[in-house]
Amino acid sequence: MSGTVTTPMTENRLLEVRDLTVEFATEEGIVRAVDDVSFHIERGETLVVVGESGSGKSVTSLAVMGLVANPPGRIASGTILLRGRDGAVRDLARLDHTALRQIRGNEIAMIFQEPMTSLNPIYTIGDQIIEAIRLHQGKSGREAFARGVEMLELLGIPEPARRMRSYPHQMSGGMRQRAMIAMALSCRPTLLIADEPTTALDVTIQAQILELIKRLQSELGMAVIFITHNLGVAAEIADRIMVMYAGKIVEAGPARAIFHQPRMPYTIGLLNSVPRLGIDRAAQHELVAISGNVPSPRDLPSGCAFHPRCSHFAPALCDGEIPPLETSAPDHFVRCLRWRDIAQQGSSEERR
Amino acid sequence: MTVTAVTPTARAAWTKGATKLLRRPTARLGAGIVAIFLLLTVLAPLLAPYSPFDQDFAAALQPPSAAHPFGTDQYGRDVLSRVMYGTRIALLSILVADGFGLVVGTLLGLIAGFYGKWVDSTVMRIVDVLLAFPYLLLALIIVAALGPGLLNSMIAIGVVYTPQYARLIRGQVLSVKTTEFVLAAQAIGANRARIMLRHILPNSFTPVLVMGTLSAGTVVVETAGLSFLGMGSQPPSPDWGAVLAEGQGYFLTAWWIATFPGLAIFAVVIGFNLLGDALRDHFDPRRRKE
Repeated sequence: MSGTVTTPMTENRLLEVRDLTVEFATEEGIVRAVDDVSFHIERGETLVVVGESGSGKSVTSLAVMGLVANPPGRIASGTILLRGRDGAVRDLARLDHTALRQIRGNEIAMIFQEPMTSLNPIYTIGDQIIEAIRLHQGKSGREAFARGVEMLELLGIPEPARRMRSYPHQMSGGMRQRAMIAMALSCRPTLLIADEPTTALDVTIQAQILELIKRLQSELGMAVIFITHNLGVAAEIADRIMVMYAGKIVEAGPARAIFHQPRMPYTIGLLNSVPRLGIDRAAQHELVAISGNVPSPRDLPSGCAFHPRCSHFAPALCDGEIPPLETSAPDHFVRCLRWRDIAQQGSSEERR
Repeated sequence: MTVTAVTPTARAAWTKGATKLLRRPTARLGAGIVAIFLLLTVLAPLLAPYSPFDQDFAAALQPPSAAHPFGTDQYGRDVLSRVMYGTRIALLSILVADGFGLVVGTLLGLIAGFYGKWVDSTVMRIVDVLLAFPYLLLALIIVAALGPGLLNSMIAIGVVYTPQYARLIRGQVLSVKTTEFVLAAQAIGANRARIMLRHILPNSFTPVLVMGTLSAGTVVVETAGLSFLGMGSQPPSPDWGAVLAEGQGYFLTAWWIATFPGLAIFAVVIGFNLLGDALRDHFDPRRRKE
């Protein structure tokens, strides 16, 4: 297979994305949906990517899958290194279609937001799971069917053999999402990308699906990239969190650090906009929405893209140069020129 | 967790669908006419009282009677028998001409919509050129090029019908292409041919089915039209258009020769149109009255 890379990648890393930029050609010109993004994920780890619509989080995951629609999109630069089951490291950004197809669904699998629309309405659940299995494993129809039943059972679907013969419209949203996950996991991928898999579901079903993903992750030992705009969901499952804004990483670090010592005003804003559980009513801070909207990627503000919405905005500083991603603590990165001031302010407030 | 298991068998689903489709009287009428038409094509030799070709000059130009319910033509051939055998040619024209348009048009539209870019532009410009011609003129040009004859006239009509299918399916493909289940199919590693044929085509096909049914009637008219003009099937074929053409000269004295094949064409068109309308309503949730 082509695309074998010699650049070293630490042994325990499964995926490493370096300087990824994805551009889209639009009527108004070239738009950068993902701008110079670098991150990695270790075996068995859960990385949660948090951001609003248009922050580039979905495009990043599609780029890893090699599914950025071209045209209008293209990976303008960067490398996406994946360590295969065979131990070889390949750059997915440079693999050809055929080689990528052998990785998709096999080593990296993906589940989507809408269980209503991500299953083909005219085939049974079984047909679709069997398709996924047969594409990558030389199994007979009977073996694939048995494997499908096994997968549905693993996902806690009652009467799995019967469900294999059901059409998507005969199942509830939660069941369909389980079927989708069964399809994604049927080839035992080493990496699962979940693009807002619980957003379209009821809260109780959300919790079940999250539990399920956590359980399967530990049983199958796979790494998960979980994309969400919901910090509550992130708190449930994240080992590490990466916050994206306007195509850039604005803060990244261990989940504990992001929740307890957020440094970037955007992350702080996100945290203040959702209620925290486990705190008694009196201590609960007031919920504050972040004012304004996500900027259009065609017309980004100068300097820090978040400055027009930022409560810590310093004129002539924040709208000047684009802030670099700085290390605020070991393994904790923040893209803000004023993070030291903000951190100090935060700790003095805490003392009060 | 309670599970309400509803897994009807495929057969039950078909029966249910058909019952729903035929709920309206116009749908039943259309389906009935089409059914009679199909039966006649099979049973013509059994049901026809005479051979469609046997001449009997003693019985020429007789008006409708008990012996000849549709009368006889100038050679004494039984018009009823000729009309009955004509159903076979009409059905053949539907299978060949409508089938040609449907298959070729669907393939072209599918490829154009799926691959996009220059493939799409090239295919659709050719389609535009074909659409710019008046139907009959284009068919005549093609028959003139291929030479007159039944099969050539059917192919000509097929070519004329190709663009509308191509356009229809291309539009469908463009919208189905962007659905999440196609992305999901890519995400499990399906290749392009598989995505195109297994995931996109079946989900784009419903309107084509409706158009195919609606076109079946007009295809009969147009093949008959070419035969009427002498470009299609040649005498003594009992093609409705040819019979109509022969009867035309006697219309004032022996109206029955041209009238009955004309009525047959009319009935077939009405039948397929009613059935096509019913199918369209059946598949279009916005038009469905529930």
